[in-house]
Amino acid sequence: MDNTFQLEIVTPSRLLVKAAAEEAQIPGLNGYLGILPGHAPLITELAVGVITYKANDATHTLAVAWGFMEVLPDKVTILAEAAERPQEIDVERAQKAKDRAEQRLKSNDPQVDYRRAEDALQRAETRLNVAKDK
Amino acid sequence: MANILDIRRRIRSVVNTRQITKAMKTVSAAKLRRAQESALAARPYLQMLTNVLKSLVSRVDIYDPVTGLPRHPLLAERPENNILLIVVTGDKGLAGAFNTNILKMVAKFIAKTIESKPDRNIDVECIGRKGRDFMRRRYPIAPERTSSADGATGVSPVPPGAEAVLPRAGRVQIVGEHVGVLGKVGHNFANTLSQSVIARYTRGEIDGVYILFNEFKSVMAQRLVAERLLPIKEIGEVDVLMAEEASLEERKKRIEAAKSAGVGVRPSDTSAADEAAAKFGTSPVDYIYEQPPHQLFQEILPKYIGIQIFHALLESVAAEHAARMTAMDAATANASDMIDSLTLIMNRARQAKITKEIIEIVSGAAAQ
Repeated sequence: MDNTFQLEIVTPSRLLVKAAAEEAQIPGLNGYLGILPGHAPLITELAVGVITYKANDATHTLAVAWGFMEVLPDKVTILAEAAERPQEIDVERAQKAKDRAEQRLKSNDPQVDYRRAEDALQRAETRLNVAKDK
Repeated sequence: MANILDIRRRIRSVVNTRQITKAMKTVSAAKLRRAQESALAARPYLQMLTNVLKSLVSRVDIYDPVTGLPRHPLLAERPENNILLIVVTGDKGLAGAFNTNILKMVAKFIAKTIESKPDRNIDVECIGRKGRDFMRRRYPIAPERTSSADGATGVSPVPPGAEAVLPRAGRVQIVGEHVGVLGKVGHNFANTLSQSVIARYTRGEIDGVYILFNEFKSVMAQRLVAERLLPIKEIGEVDVLMAEEASLEERKKRIEAAKSAGVGVRPSDTSAADEAAAKFGTSPVDYIYEQPPHQLFQEILPKYIGIQIFHALLESVAAEHAARMTAMDAATANASDMIDSLTLIMNRARQAKITKEIIEIVSGAAAQ
């Protein structure tokens, strides 16, 4: 058997990635999952984080924010709410979002929805991290 | 007899107009192509999401085994006392009867809804400037909310007996306006809207959500529809309450316009992609679920509403461009006709003038 699996990443607006990957690391809700060809069938929700996959001896990274994934032995499909390649990330916007979220978290305003602010912060930080690997 | 110079001036002005309408048609055709592509590109996601939900349904006990009622609030039907209507129109005019048709249908829908149950309240969310302007002329805007709980993601079940009582501006009122979001339809916008809608639904402020928009499958297959978003009766099935097909004549015009602009009339072949998408999450194997299925279900269901709104917006935008393209094609043809008839009148006037001059000369010579 061939030592790759089909990887597809779909976002609401388009099919982002369709590649034969050798391995992938995916941020599941309960922690990162490493996936190699022949993985047991699995369905999981994704967290905010970085998807890394290896295809044709090159490593690719993507920032992802919520989604879910189906793993089959020869195929992995990821439905991501938002996924971006490093070169597509708007660094300025992410930085602004990060600053805003940090400010909210620091303020002692009872009206602030902390969970939302934390999520926003995490998303922004992930984007910035991924953008660095360009 | 019309002055030759005046006629010439009019011809020139019509030629200019024709140039503009022609340019607008080309622009609309290009935009239509792009809108069609993005609507197409968005399909796999919806398909896959639907599939996962469907396959989860069989694993999750959505229905209470004792009472037979759905457990998830978004699936539960209750008497529709207050409904929310999302109206999708365009931001700009010059698109033939595009906006008018939708708004006519909206008026019909509202009339019918109230007729069937006179004490029903209707909230309206307008997307697109044209719809907003129309609604504003007819209905009052809802009073400002004091609690800014709207848009929060915290979905909590409605406590019994604690129905939210909000002051209303009228039986039918405008609760939201979204202008200028259609230029670049973002999934974010659709998601935010769906979150706020779901929050209101779960709080019990509204008992049903409908969306009215122009469905666009291809240049040929278009219709106006009223779909029910909430409660969800069956996943993967579109719940259409009202639909209006375009007349045959209108369709012919569209096809002609599309052909002359070089836009594909038939939908592109998506069967292969659809088939691949249809397999998602439905393999006959035992999956390992990292999260309990009902938790996944809870998470995915709201996204499903969001993506449906997103699709409605994408289709409406495509339909708007198609309508504008058709309208501009007709306008260009009309301008050409007008130029022809004006040219004829001008030539006739010029000939008459020449004839008159010759007669004057001849009769002048004969008199000597």
